[in-house]
Amino acid sequence: MSAAAPPAGASAAAAGASAAAAGASAAAPALDADRLSIAFGGLKAVTELSLRVPARGLHGLIGPNGAGKTTVFNLLTGVYRPDSGSIRLGGVRVDGLRPNQIARAGLARTFQNIRLFAELSVLDNVRVAAAVRARSGLLRTFLRTPLYVAEEAAILERARELLAILGIAHREDEQAKSLPYGDQRRLEIARALATEPRVLLLDEPVAGMNTQEKKAMRGLIQSLRERFDVAILLIEHDMGLVMDICEHITVLDHGVTIARGEPAAVQHDPAVIEAYLGVPDDGAAAPPGDAG
Amino acid sequence: MDVTKFVQVCLNGLTLGSLYALIALGYTLVYGVLRFINFAHSDVVTIGAWMAFVFAAAIGWAGTDSPLFAMPVILAMSMAVCATLGFTIERLAYRPLRRAPRLNVLITAIGVSLFLQNSGQLKWVFGTQPQAMPKLLSEEALFTLAGVRVPVVDVVVVVLAFTLLVALQWLVFRTRMGQAMRAVSFDERTAALMGINVDMIISYTFMIGSALAAAGGMIYGLKYGNLLQSADSVWVLLGLKAFVAAVVGGIGNVRGAVAGAFLIAFVEMFGAAYRSPQMRDVYVFGILIAVLILKPGGLLGKATVEKV
Repeated sequence: MSAAAPPAGASAAAAGASAAAAGASAAAPALDADRLSIAFGGLKAVTELSLRVPARGLHGLIGPNGAGKTTVFNLLTGVYRPDSGSIRLGGVRVDGLRPNQIARAGLARTFQNIRLFAELSVLDNVRVAAAVRARSGLLRTFLRTPLYVAEEAAILERARELLAILGIAHREDEQAKSLPYGDQRRLEIARALATEPRVLLLDEPVAGMNTQEKKAMRGLIQSLRERFDVAILLIEHDMGLVMDICEHITVLDHGVTIARGEPAAVQHDPAVIEAYLGVPDDGAAAPPGDAG
Repeated sequence: MDVTKFVQVCLNGLTLGSLYALIALGYTLVYGVLRFINFAHSDVVTIGAWMAFVFAAAIGWAGTDSPLFAMPVILAMSMAVCATLGFTIERLAYRPLRRAPRLNVLITAIGVSLFLQNSGQLKWVFGTQPQAMPKLLSEEALFTLAGVRVPVVDVVVVVLAFTLLVALQWLVFRTRMGQAMRAVSFDERTAALMGINVDMIISYTFMIGSALAAAGGMIYGLKYGNLLQSADSVWVLLGLKAFVAAVVGGIGNVRGAVAGAFLIAFVEMFGAAYRSPQMRDVYVFGILIAVLILKPGGLLGKATVEKV
Protein backbone atom coordinates (compact mmCIF):
# COMPACT_ATOMS: atom_id res chain seq x y z
CA MET A 1 0.00 0.00 0.00
CA SER A 2 3.02 2.24 0.26
CA ALA A 3 2.74 2.63 -3.52
CA ALA A 4 -0.31 4.74 -2.84
CA ALA A 5 1.70 7.31 -0.93
CA PRO A 6 0.52 10.69 -2.14
CA PRO A 7 2.73 12.70 -4.47
CA ALA A 8 4.58 15.50 -2.81
CA GLY A 9 2.38 18.54 -2.67
CA ALA A 10 2.03 20.09 0.72
CA SER A 11 5.07 20.88 2.73
CA ALA A 12 4.32 19.24 6.04
CA ALA A 13 2.47 16.35 4.53
CA ALA A 14 5.17 15.58 2.01
CA ALA A 15 7.83 15.39 4.67
CA GLY A 16 5.60 13.25 6.82
CA ALA A 17 4.67 11.03 3.92
CA SER A 18 8.18 10.07 2.95
CA ALA A 19 9.07 9.28 6.53
CA ALA A 20 5.87 7.47 7.30
CA ALA A 21 5.36 5.65 4.00
CA ALA A 22 8.05 3.12 4.75
CA GLY A 23 6.76 2.62 8.24
CA ALA A 24 3.07 2.50 7.29
CA SER A 25 2.03 -0.80 8.70
CA ALA A 26 -1.01 -2.70 9.80
CA ALA A 27 -0.38 -1.33 13.27
CA ALA A 28 -1.21 2.24 12.29
CA PRO A 29 -4.92 3.04 12.39
CA ALA A 30 -6.58 3.24 8.98
CA LEU A 31 -7.70 6.78 9.80
CA ASP A 32 -6.10 8.90 12.44
CA ALA A 33 -7.34 12.46 12.72
CA ASP A 34 -5.71 14.35 15.54
CA ARG A 35 -7.23 17.49 17.05
CA LEU A 36 -8.66 18.93 13.87
CA SER A 37 -10.01 22.46 14.04
CA ILE A 38 -11.44 24.77 11.47
CA ALA A 39 -13.21 28.11 11.72
CA PHE A 40 -15.11 30.01 9.07
CA GLY A 41 -14.73 33.65 9.91
CA GLY A 42 -15.56 33.79 13.61
CA LEU A 43 -17.54 30.57 13.58
CA LYS A 44 -15.71 27.58 14.98
CA ALA A 45 -17.20 24.82 12.86
CA VAL A 46 -15.07 22.01 14.26
CA THR A 47 -12.96 22.21 17.40
CA GLU A 48 -10.18 19.79 18.36
CA LEU A 49 -11.78 16.76 16.81
CA SER A 50 -9.90 13.49 17.10
CA LEU A 51 -10.97 10.32 15.34
CA ARG A 52 -9.16 7.03 15.23
CA VAL A 53 -10.60 4.23 13.15
CA PRO A 54 -8.63 0.96 13.11
CA ALA A 55 -8.33 -1.15 9.95
CA ARG A 56 -11.72 -2.73 9.22
CA GLY A 57 -13.26 -0.70 12.03
CA LEU A 58 -16.78 0.68 11.80
CA HIS A 59 -17.21 3.97 13.60
CA GLY A 60 -20.13 6.33 13.78
CA LEU A 61 -20.17 10.11 13.81
CA ILE A 62 -23.43 11.55 15.07
CA GLY A 63 -24.84 14.79 16.30
CA PRO A 64 -27.82 17.10 15.82
CA ASN A 65 -28.25 18.94 12.53
CA GLY A 66 -25.56 21.55 12.09
CA ALA A 67 -23.22 19.83 14.52
CA GLY A 68 -20.41 19.89 11.97
CA LYS A 69 -20.48 16.29 10.74
CA THR A 70 -20.37 17.18 7.06
CA THR A 71 -17.60 19.70 7.75
CA VAL A 72 -15.60 16.84 9.25
CA PHE A 73 -16.03 14.86 6.01
CA ASN A 74 -14.93 17.89 4.04
CA LEU A 75 -11.85 18.24 6.24
CA LEU A 76 -10.93 14.59 5.91
CA THR A 77 -11.32 14.58 2.12
CA GLY A 78 -9.30 17.75 1.64
CA VAL A 79 -12.13 20.01 0.48
CA TYR A 80 -11.30 22.21 3.48
CA ARG A 81 -7.88 22.57 5.00
CA PRO A 82 -7.83 22.26 8.77
CA ASP A 83 -6.57 25.34 10.62
CA SER A 84 -4.75 22.96 12.93
CA GLY A 85 -4.40 19.28 13.57
CA SER A 86 -3.29 16.41 11.40
CA ILE A 87 -4.83 13.60 9.37
CA ARG A 88 -3.11 10.30 8.71
CA LEU A 89 -4.21 7.44 6.48
CA GLY A 90 -2.50 4.24 7.49
CA GLY A 91 0.17 6.32 9.17
CA VAL A 92 0.76 8.59 6.16
CA ARG A 93 0.00 12.26 6.60
CA VAL A 94 -2.47 13.59 4.10
CA ASP A 95 -3.70 16.89 5.53
CA GLY A 96 -2.85 19.73 3.17
CA LEU A 97 -3.04 17.50 0.11
CA ARG A 98 -5.63 18.17 -2.58
CA PRO A 99 -8.83 16.06 -2.70
CA ASN A 100 -7.70 13.95 -5.66
CA GLN A 101 -4.39 13.20 -3.94
CA ILE A 102 -6.19 12.19 -0.75
CA ALA A 103 -8.53 9.96 -2.77
CA ARG A 104 -5.47 8.37 -4.32
CA ALA A 105 -3.97 7.87 -0.87
CA GLY A 106 -6.99 5.78 0.11
CA LEU A 107 -9.95 7.84 1.25
CA ALA A 108 -13.33 7.66 -0.50
CA ARG A 109 -16.75 8.95 0.35
CA THR A 110 -20.42 8.86 -0.57
CA PHE A 111 -22.80 11.79 -0.33
CA GLN A 112 -25.93 12.50 1.62
CA ASN A 113 -27.41 14.17 -1.45
CA ILE A 114 -26.42 11.70 -4.12
CA ARG A 115 -23.76 13.16 -6.38
CA LEU A 116 -23.29 10.65 -9.15
CA PHE A 117 -22.12 11.61 -12.62
CA ALA A 118 -25.74 11.54 -13.72
CA GLU A 119 -25.09 11.68 -17.46
CA LEU A 120 -22.52 8.90 -17.48
CA SER A 121 -23.51 5.26 -17.64
CA VAL A 122 -23.58 3.20 -14.46
CA LEU A 123 -20.48 1.34 -15.61
CA ASP A 124 -18.60 4.55 -16.49
CA ASN A 125 -19.35 6.02 -13.06
CA VAL A 126 -17.44 3.15 -11.51
CA ARG A 127 -14.75 3.01 -14.20
CA VAL A 128 -13.86 6.66 -13.87
CA ALA A 129 -13.17 6.12 -10.17
CA ALA A 130 -11.40 2.80 -10.76
CA ALA A 131 -8.90 4.61 -13.00
CA VAL A 132 -7.66 6.59 -10.01
CA ARG A 133 -4.18 5.07 -10.05
CA ALA A 134 -3.99 4.32 -13.77
CA ARG A 135 -2.00 6.62 -16.02
CA SER A 136 -4.08 8.12 -18.78
CA GLY A 137 -1.96 10.70 -20.60
CA LEU A 138 -2.79 11.87 -24.12
CA LEU A 139 0.02 9.92 -25.73
CA ARG A 140 -0.87 6.67 -23.95
CA THR A 141 -4.51 7.14 -24.86
CA PHE A 142 -3.84 7.56 -28.57
CA LEU A 143 -1.04 5.01 -28.84
CA ARG A 144 -2.87 2.43 -26.73
CA THR A 145 0.36 1.11 -25.22
CA PRO A 146 0.27 -2.45 -23.85
CA LEU A 147 0.32 -1.06 -20.32
CA TYR A 148 -2.67 1.18 -21.11
CA VAL A 149 -4.64 -1.70 -22.60
CA ALA A 150 -3.85 -3.95 -19.64
CA GLU A 151 -4.94 -1.26 -17.18
CA GLU A 152 -8.08 -0.78 -19.21
CA ALA A 153 -8.96 -4.47 -18.91
CA ALA A 154 -8.26 -4.49 -15.17
CA ILE A 155 -10.42 -1.41 -14.64
CA LEU A 156 -13.31 -2.92 -16.56
CA GLU A 157 -13.07 -6.17 -14.66
CA ARG A 158 -12.99 -4.45 -11.28
CA ALA A 159 -15.88 -2.17 -12.19
CA ARG A 160 -18.05 -5.09 -13.29
CA GLU A 161 -17.12 -7.04 -10.16
CA LEU A 162 -18.17 -4.13 -7.93
CA LEU A 163 -21.46 -3.70 -9.76
CA ALA A 164 -22.13 -7.40 -9.32
CA ILE A 165 -21.35 -7.31 -5.59
CA LEU A 166 -23.70 -4.38 -5.13
CA GLY A 167 -26.39 -6.05 -7.19
CA ILE A 168 -26.66 -3.50 -9.99
CA ALA A 169 -24.66 -5.28 -12.70
CA HIS A 170 -27.72 -5.68 -14.90
CA ARG A 171 -28.03 -1.90 -15.17
CA GLU A 172 -24.48 -1.10 -16.28
CA ASP A 173 -25.49 0.52 -19.58
CA GLU A 174 -28.16 2.80 -18.16
CA GLN A 175 -27.50 6.42 -17.34
CA ALA A 176 -26.87 6.83 -13.62
CA LYS A 177 -29.75 9.29 -13.28
CA SER A 178 -32.26 6.70 -14.51
CA LEU A 179 -31.60 4.36 -11.57
CA PRO A 180 -34.10 4.15 -8.73
CA TYR A 181 -33.04 5.92 -5.54
CA GLY A 182 -31.84 2.83 -3.66
CA ASP A 183 -29.72 1.71 -6.58
CA GLN A 184 -28.19 5.17 -6.88
CA ARG A 185 -27.02 4.85 -3.27
CA ARG A 186 -25.55 1.46 -4.11
CA LEU A 187 -23.83 2.90 -7.17
CA GLU A 188 -22.29 5.63 -5.02
CA ILE A 189 -20.82 2.97 -2.76
CA ALA A 190 -19.56 1.00 -5.76
CA ARG A 191 -17.94 4.14 -7.16
CA ALA A 192 -16.28 4.94 -3.83
CA LEU A 193 -14.99 1.37 -3.46
CA ALA A 194 -13.59 1.49 -6.99
CA THR A 195 -10.86 3.83 -5.79
CA GLU A 196 -9.69 0.97 -3.50
CA PRO A 197 -9.96 3.02 -0.34
CA ARG A 198 -8.40 2.24 3.01
CA VAL A 199 -11.15 4.29 4.63
CA LEU A 200 -14.70 4.73 3.39
CA LEU A 201 -16.81 7.65 4.57
CA LEU A 202 -20.55 7.03 4.31
CA ASP A 203 -22.76 10.12 4.60
CA GLU A 204 -26.26 9.04 5.65
CA PRO A 205 -26.38 5.89 3.54
CA VAL A 206 -29.93 4.96 4.57
CA ALA A 207 -31.50 8.43 4.36
CA GLY A 208 -34.87 8.21 2.67
CA MET A 209 -34.98 4.43 2.68
CA ASN A 210 -37.82 2.23 3.91
CA THR A 211 -37.36 -0.42 6.59
CA GLN A 212 -36.64 -3.20 4.14
CA GLU A 213 -34.08 -1.19 2.18
CA LYS A 214 -32.43 -0.13 5.42
CA LYS A 215 -32.08 -3.71 6.49
CA ALA A 216 -30.42 -4.65 3.22
CA MET A 217 -28.10 -1.64 3.43
CA ARG A 218 -27.12 -2.54 6.98
CA GLY A 219 -26.08 -6.00 5.88
CA LEU A 220 -24.18 -4.54 2.96
CA ILE A 221 -22.25 -2.03 5.07
CA GLN A 222 -21.19 -4.72 7.49
CA SER A 223 -20.06 -7.03 4.71
CA LEU A 224 -17.91 -4.36 3.06
CA ARG A 225 -15.32 -4.31 5.83
CA GLU A 226 -14.19 -7.89 5.39
CA ARG A 227 -14.74 -8.04 1.69
CA PHE A 228 -12.80 -4.89 0.80
CA ASP A 229 -10.55 -4.65 3.83
CA VAL A 230 -11.83 -1.15 4.47
CA ALA A 231 -12.48 0.90 7.58
CA ILE A 232 -15.77 2.77 7.66
CA LEU A 233 -16.75 6.08 9.20
CA LEU A 234 -20.50 6.55 9.16
CA ILE A 235 -22.61 9.67 9.50
CA GLU A 236 -26.19 8.68 10.10
CA HIS A 237 -29.32 10.10 11.66
CA ASP A 238 -30.91 6.69 12.03
CA MET A 239 -29.92 5.95 15.62
CA GLY A 240 -31.12 2.38 15.48
CA LEU A 241 -28.68 1.64 12.70
CA VAL A 242 -25.79 3.53 14.28
CA MET A 243 -26.19 1.95 17.71
CA ASP A 244 -26.57 -1.43 16.12
CA ILE A 245 -23.58 -1.68 13.82
CA CYS A 246 -20.96 0.80 15.03
CA GLU A 247 -18.25 -0.30 17.41
CA HIS A 248 -17.44 3.20 18.48
CA ILE A 249 -19.33 6.45 18.30
CA THR A 250 -18.25 10.08 18.40
CA VAL A 251 -20.93 12.65 19.17
CA LEU A 252 -20.53 16.21 17.93
CA ASP A 253 -22.47 19.27 18.96
CA HIS A 254 -21.58 22.71 17.58
CA GLY A 255 -18.32 21.22 16.35
CA VAL A 256 -17.27 20.07 19.80
CA THR A 257 -16.92 16.42 20.75
CA ILE A 258 -19.36 15.93 23.62
CA ALA A 259 -19.07 12.18 23.96
CA ARG A 260 -17.25 9.22 22.54
CA GLY A 261 -17.11 5.52 23.23
CA GLU A 262 -19.12 2.38 22.78
CA PRO A 263 -22.73 2.76 21.67
CA ALA A 264 -24.20 1.63 24.99
CA ALA A 265 -22.17 4.18 26.93
CA VAL A 266 -22.82 7.05 24.53
CA GLN A 267 -26.53 6.31 24.50
CA HIS A 268 -26.86 7.07 28.18
CA ASP A 269 -24.48 9.97 28.32
CA PRO A 270 -26.37 12.94 29.81
CA ALA A 271 -24.55 15.41 27.55
CA VAL A 272 -25.71 13.52 24.49
CA ILE A 273 -29.30 13.34 25.62
CA GLU A 274 -29.27 17.02 26.36
CA ALA A 275 -27.79 17.89 22.98
CA TYR A 276 -30.50 15.98 21.17
CA LEU A 277 -33.42 17.07 23.30
CA GLY A 278 -32.17 20.61 23.43
CA VAL A 279 -33.00 21.13 19.77
CA PRO A 280 -36.77 21.27 19.75
CA ASP A 281 -37.31 21.94 16.01
CA ASP A 282 -35.12 19.03 14.97
CA GLY A 283 -37.70 16.38 14.17
CA ALA A 284 -35.24 13.94 12.62
CA ALA A 285 -33.12 13.65 15.70
CA ALA A 286 -34.89 11.45 18.17
CA PRO A 287 -33.02 10.80 21.40
CA PRO A 288 -30.49 8.04 20.89
CA GLY A 289 -31.93 4.64 21.55
CA ASP A 290 -35.56 5.58 20.93
CA ALA A 291 -35.42 4.99 17.20
CA GLY A 292 -35.21 1.69 15.33
CA MET B 1 -33.04 23.60 -61.21
CA ASP B 2 -29.33 23.92 -61.83
CA VAL B 3 -27.77 20.73 -60.50
CA THR B 4 -24.20 21.92 -60.98
CA LYS B 5 -24.77 25.01 -58.90
CA PHE B 6 -26.52 22.99 -56.21
CA VAL B 7 -23.67 20.48 -55.96
CA GLN B 8 -21.11 23.28 -55.91
CA VAL B 9 -22.91 24.99 -53.04
CA CYS B 10 -23.09 21.71 -51.13
CA LEU B 11 -19.37 21.22 -51.59
CA ASN B 12 -18.69 24.74 -50.32
CA GLY B 13 -20.95 24.09 -47.35
CA LEU B 14 -19.12 20.88 -46.56
CA THR B 15 -15.66 22.47 -46.53
CA LEU B 16 -16.79 25.53 -44.64
CA GLY B 17 -18.70 23.35 -42.15
CA SER B 18 -15.56 21.25 -41.56
CA LEU B 19 -13.66 24.43 -40.78
CA TYR B 20 -16.33 25.75 -38.40
CA ALA B 21 -16.64 22.37 -36.69
CA LEU B 22 -12.94 22.14 -35.84
CA ILE B 23 -12.99 25.61 -34.32
CA ALA B 24 -16.38 25.25 -32.62
CA LEU B 25 -15.17 22.17 -30.76
CA GLY B 26 -12.55 24.24 -28.95
CA TYR B 27 -15.21 26.59 -27.59
CA THR B 28 -17.50 23.77 -26.57
CA LEU B 29 -14.80 21.60 -24.94
CA VAL B 30 -13.55 24.45 -22.78
CA TYR B 31 -17.08 25.51 -21.89
CA GLY B 32 -17.77 21.90 -20.94
CA VAL B 33 -15.09 21.77 -18.26
CA LEU B 34 -14.79 25.40 -17.15
CA ARG B 35 -18.19 26.93 -17.95
CA PHE B 36 -16.81 30.01 -19.63
CA ILE B 37 -16.32 31.18 -23.21
CA ASN B 38 -12.67 31.27 -24.15
CA PHE B 39 -12.65 34.39 -26.30
CA ALA B 40 -8.96 33.88 -27.04
CA HIS B 41 -9.80 30.72 -28.96
CA SER B 42 -10.20 32.47 -32.33
CA ASP B 43 -6.70 33.90 -31.92
CA VAL B 44 -5.31 30.41 -31.45
CA VAL B 45 -6.89 29.64 -34.85
CA THR B 46 -5.14 32.68 -36.32
CA ILE B 47 -1.82 31.62 -34.85
CA GLY B 48 -2.35 28.07 -36.12
CA ALA B 49 -2.80 29.40 -39.65
CA TRP B 50 0.21 31.71 -39.39
CA MET B 51 2.43 29.02 -37.86
CA ALA B 52 1.63 26.81 -40.85
CA PHE B 53 2.81 29.64 -43.09
CA VAL B 54 5.92 30.23 -41.00
CA PHE B 55 6.91 26.57 -40.97
CA ALA B 56 6.26 26.15 -44.70
CA ALA B 57 8.37 29.21 -45.45
CA ALA B 58 11.15 28.17 -43.09
CA ILE B 59 11.44 24.68 -44.53
CA GLY B 60 11.11 25.99 -48.05
CA TRP B 61 7.94 24.20 -49.00
CA ALA B 62 6.32 26.85 -51.10
CA GLY B 63 3.96 25.17 -53.50
CA THR B 64 2.49 22.05 -55.02
CA ASP B 65 5.96 20.86 -56.02
CA SER B 66 6.66 20.26 -52.32
CA PRO B 67 6.73 16.63 -51.21
CA LEU B 68 3.43 14.93 -50.43
CA PHE B 69 4.20 14.73 -46.74
CA ALA B 70 4.74 18.50 -46.51
CA MET B 71 1.15 19.16 -45.50
CA PRO B 72 0.84 16.55 -42.71
CA VAL B 73 4.25 17.51 -41.30
CA ILE B 74 3.38 21.21 -41.19
CA LEU B 75 -0.03 20.40 -39.77
CA ALA B 76 1.53 18.36 -36.96
CA MET B 77 4.00 21.14 -36.15
CA SER B 78 1.32 23.79 -36.11
CA MET B 79 -0.95 21.64 -33.94
CA ALA B 80 1.90 21.03 -31.49
CA VAL B 81 2.67 24.75 -31.21
CA CYS B 82 -0.98 25.62 -30.61
CA ALA B 83 -1.45 22.82 -28.09
CA THR B 84 1.49 24.26 -26.16
CA LEU B 85 0.03 27.74 -26.51
CA GLY B 86 -3.37 26.56 -25.24
CA PHE B 87 -1.73 24.84 -22.28
CA THR B 88 0.24 28.00 -21.47
CA ILE B 89 -2.77 30.31 -21.73
CA GLU B 90 -4.76 28.16 -19.35
CA ARG B 91 -1.88 27.77 -16.94
CA LEU B 92 -0.93 31.43 -16.77
CA ALA B 93 -4.19 33.28 -17.39
CA TYR B 94 -7.10 31.10 -16.35
CA ARG B 95 -5.90 28.74 -13.63
CA PRO B 96 -5.11 31.51 -11.12
CA LEU B 97 -8.76 32.57 -11.52
CA ARG B 98 -10.22 29.11 -10.93
CA ARG B 99 -12.17 30.27 -7.88
CA ALA B 100 -12.84 33.80 -9.11
CA PRO B 101 -16.24 34.95 -10.42
CA ARG B 102 -17.00 33.82 -13.97
CA LEU B 103 -17.00 37.40 -15.23
CA ASN B 104 -13.36 37.94 -14.24
CA VAL B 105 -12.32 34.96 -16.31
CA LEU B 106 -14.35 36.19 -19.26
CA ILE B 107 -12.69 39.60 -19.15
CA THR B 108 -9.30 37.93 -18.84
CA ALA B 109 -10.09 35.89 -21.96
CA ILE B 110 -10.78 39.09 -23.88
CA GLY B 111 -7.47 40.45 -22.57
CA VAL B 112 -5.62 37.35 -23.73
CA SER B 113 -7.32 37.70 -27.10
CA LEU B 114 -6.17 41.31 -27.51
CA PHE B 115 -2.69 40.36 -26.38
CA LEU B 116 -2.40 37.61 -28.99
CA GLN B 117 -3.90 39.74 -31.77
CA ASN B 118 -1.54 42.60 -31.19
CA SER B 119 1.63 40.69 -30.42
CA GLY B 120 1.05 38.79 -33.66
CA GLN B 121 1.55 42.06 -35.55
CA LEU B 122 5.03 42.63 -34.14
CA LYS B 123 7.58 42.56 -36.89
CA TRP B 124 9.51 39.69 -35.35
CA VAL B 125 6.32 37.64 -34.98
CA PHE B 126 4.08 37.63 -38.03
CA GLY B 127 4.19 41.28 -39.02
CA THR B 128 1.46 43.56 -40.33
CA GLN B 129 1.59 42.53 -43.98
CA PRO B 130 -0.79 39.92 -45.36
CA GLN B 131 0.87 36.81 -46.71
CA ALA B 132 -0.16 34.20 -49.22
CA MET B 133 -0.33 30.70 -47.80
CA PRO B 134 1.81 28.31 -49.86
CA LYS B 135 -0.39 26.14 -52.04
CA LEU B 136 0.67 22.84 -50.56
CA LEU B 137 -2.35 21.14 -52.06
CA SER B 138 -3.31 21.20 -55.69
CA GLU B 139 -6.24 23.20 -57.01
CA GLU B 140 -6.46 20.60 -59.79
CA ALA B 141 -9.68 18.66 -59.97
CA LEU B 142 -9.43 15.25 -58.35
CA PHE B 143 -12.72 14.28 -59.96
CA THR B 144 -15.77 15.91 -61.43
CA LEU B 145 -19.20 15.49 -59.89
CA ALA B 146 -22.28 16.63 -61.81
CA GLY B 147 -20.16 19.12 -63.69
CA VAL B 148 -18.46 20.40 -60.54
CA ARG B 149 -14.68 20.22 -60.35
CA VAL B 150 -13.74 18.84 -56.95
CA PRO B 151 -10.19 20.02 -56.23
CA VAL B 152 -7.68 18.02 -54.20
CA VAL B 153 -7.58 20.67 -51.52
CA ASP B 154 -11.32 20.37 -50.82
CA VAL B 155 -11.14 16.60 -50.52
CA VAL B 156 -8.16 16.75 -48.19
CA VAL B 157 -9.81 19.43 -46.06
CA VAL B 158 -13.00 17.43 -45.62
CA VAL B 159 -11.23 14.11 -45.02
CA LEU B 160 -8.85 15.71 -42.51
CA ALA B 161 -11.66 17.41 -40.63
CA PHE B 162 -13.75 14.26 -40.45
CA THR B 163 -10.77 12.22 -39.27
CA LEU B 164 -10.14 14.68 -36.44
CA LEU B 165 -13.82 14.86 -35.55
CA VAL B 166 -14.06 11.07 -35.33
CA ALA B 167 -10.85 10.92 -33.28
CA LEU B 168 -12.29 13.46 -30.85
CA GLN B 169 -15.59 11.59 -30.56
CA TRP B 170 -13.60 8.47 -29.81
CA LEU B 171 -11.51 10.27 -27.22
CA VAL B 172 -14.47 11.81 -25.41
CA PHE B 173 -16.86 8.88 -25.50
CA ARG B 174 -14.65 5.79 -25.67
CA THR B 175 -11.55 6.40 -23.55
CA ARG B 176 -10.98 6.83 -19.86
CA MET B 177 -9.63 10.32 -20.42
CA GLY B 178 -12.96 11.13 -22.05
CA GLN B 179 -14.79 9.60 -19.09
CA ALA B 180 -12.77 11.80 -16.77
CA MET B 181 -13.51 14.86 -18.93
CA ARG B 182 -17.22 14.17 -18.85
CA ALA B 183 -17.07 13.58 -15.11
CA VAL B 184 -15.25 16.90 -14.57
CA SER B 185 -17.71 18.60 -16.89
CA PHE B 186 -20.63 17.27 -14.88
CA ASP B 187 -19.32 17.89 -11.37
CA GLU B 188 -15.77 19.07 -10.87
CA ARG B 189 -15.74 18.76 -7.08
CA THR B 190 -17.06 15.24 -6.97
CA ALA B 191 -14.65 14.25 -9.73
CA ALA B 192 -11.75 15.44 -7.58
CA LEU B 193 -13.05 13.40 -4.63
CA MET B 194 -12.99 10.33 -6.88
CA GLY B 195 -9.30 10.86 -7.48
CA ILE B 196 -9.50 12.67 -10.82
CA ASN B 197 -6.81 15.30 -11.27
CA VAL B 198 -9.10 18.11 -12.40
CA ASP B 199 -6.28 20.53 -13.28
CA MET B 200 -4.68 17.98 -15.53
CA ILE B 201 -7.96 17.22 -17.31
CA ILE B 202 -8.49 20.94 -17.88
CA SER B 203 -4.97 21.26 -19.30
CA TYR B 204 -5.60 18.37 -21.68
CA THR B 205 -8.89 19.93 -22.73
CA PHE B 206 -7.18 23.19 -23.66
CA MET B 207 -4.43 21.34 -25.53
CA ILE B 208 -6.91 19.29 -27.54
CA GLY B 209 -9.13 22.27 -28.35
CA SER B 210 -6.13 24.36 -29.39
CA ALA B 211 -4.70 21.60 -31.58
CA LEU B 212 -8.03 21.37 -33.38
CA ALA B 213 -7.99 25.15 -33.74
CA ALA B 214 -4.58 24.90 -35.42
CA ALA B 215 -5.97 22.38 -37.87
CA GLY B 216 -8.86 24.75 -38.53
CA GLY B 217 -6.46 27.64 -39.08
CA MET B 218 -4.34 25.66 -41.51
CA ILE B 219 -7.43 24.49 -43.39
CA TYR B 220 -8.51 28.09 -43.67
CA GLY B 221 -5.11 29.01 -45.10
CA LEU B 222 -5.07 26.17 -47.60
CA LYS B 223 -8.62 26.79 -48.75
CA TYR B 224 -8.72 30.58 -48.92
CA GLY B 225 -5.02 31.29 -49.42
CA ASN B 226 -4.78 34.78 -48.00
CA LEU B 227 -3.48 35.29 -44.45
CA LEU B 228 -4.36 38.72 -43.10
CA GLN B 229 -2.54 40.22 -40.13
CA SER B 230 -3.45 38.71 -36.80
CA ALA B 231 -5.77 41.47 -35.56
CA ASP B 232 -7.82 41.62 -38.76
CA SER B 233 -11.56 41.37 -38.33
CA VAL B 234 -11.64 38.42 -40.74
CA TRP B 235 -10.26 36.22 -37.95
CA VAL B 236 -12.61 37.66 -35.39
CA LEU B 237 -15.58 36.94 -37.63
CA LEU B 238 -14.36 33.40 -38.30
CA GLY B 239 -14.07 32.73 -34.57
CA LEU B 240 -17.41 34.37 -33.92
CA LYS B 241 -19.20 32.19 -36.46
CA ALA B 242 -17.63 29.05 -35.01
CA PHE B 243 -18.77 30.25 -31.60
CA VAL B 244 -22.28 30.71 -33.01
CA ALA B 245 -22.08 27.13 -34.31
CA ALA B 246 -21.22 25.88 -30.81
CA VAL B 247 -24.09 27.83 -29.25
CA VAL B 248 -26.57 26.78 -31.92
CA GLY B 249 -25.62 23.14 -31.39
CA GLY B 250 -25.77 23.47 -27.61
CA ILE B 251 -22.62 24.79 -25.95
CA GLY B 252 -20.79 22.10 -24.02
CA ASN B 253 -22.12 19.41 -26.32
CA VAL B 254 -19.46 17.88 -28.60
CA ARG B 255 -21.84 16.44 -31.18
CA GLY B 256 -23.93 19.59 -31.05
CA ALA B 257 -20.94 21.73 -32.05
CA VAL B 258 -20.38 19.63 -35.16
CA ALA B 259 -24.08 19.66 -36.08
CA GLY B 260 -24.26 23.42 -35.48
CA ALA B 261 -21.17 24.01 -37.62
CA PHE B 262 -22.60 22.24 -40.65
CA LEU B 263 -26.01 23.84 -40.21
CA ILE B 264 -24.47 27.31 -40.10
CA ALA B 265 -22.17 26.60 -43.05
CA PHE B 266 -24.93 25.24 -45.29
CA VAL B 267 -27.33 28.06 -44.49
CA GLU B 268 -24.57 30.58 -45.08
CA MET B 269 -23.57 29.05 -48.42
CA PHE B 270 -27.10 28.45 -49.69
CA GLY B 271 -28.17 31.90 -48.59
CA ALA B 272 -25.19 33.44 -50.34
CA ALA B 273 -25.76 31.45 -53.54
CA TYR B 274 -29.51 31.65 -53.86
CA ARG B 275 -30.41 34.84 -52.05
CA SER B 276 -27.82 37.50 -51.48
CA PRO B 277 -24.05 37.01 -51.01
CA GLN B 278 -23.87 40.30 -49.07
CA MET B 279 -26.26 38.92 -46.49
CA ARG B 280 -24.34 35.74 -45.60
CA ASP B 281 -23.35 36.91 -42.13
CA VAL B 282 -26.93 37.97 -41.50
CA TYR B 283 -28.14 34.41 -42.11
CA VAL B 284 -25.67 33.04 -39.59
CA PHE B 285 -26.59 35.44 -36.85
CA GLY B 286 -30.25 35.11 -37.81
CA ILE B 287 -30.04 31.42 -36.96
CA LEU B 288 -28.40 32.29 -33.67
CA ILE B 289 -31.22 34.65 -32.76
CA ALA B 290 -33.86 32.13 -33.81
CA VAL B 291 -32.25 29.33 -31.79
CA LEU B 292 -31.81 31.53 -28.73
CA ILE B 293 -35.49 32.45 -28.85
CA LEU B 294 -36.94 29.04 -29.66
CA LYS B 295 -34.51 26.64 -27.99
CA PRO B 296 -32.10 28.59 -25.80
CA GLY B 297 -30.14 25.51 -24.79
CA GLY B 298 -29.16 24.87 -28.42
CA LEU B 299 -30.36 22.21 -30.81
CA LEU B 300 -28.77 19.29 -28.98
CA GLY B 301 -28.47 21.00 -25.62
CA LYS B 302 -30.97 20.70 -22.88
CA ALA B 303 -32.67 23.42 -20.95
CA THR B 304 -30.84 24.12 -17.73
CA VAL B 305 -31.82 26.27 -14.85
CA GLU B 306 -29.06 28.66 -13.95
CA LYS B 307 -28.11 28.26 -10.32
CA VAL B 308 -28.13 31.48 -8.37
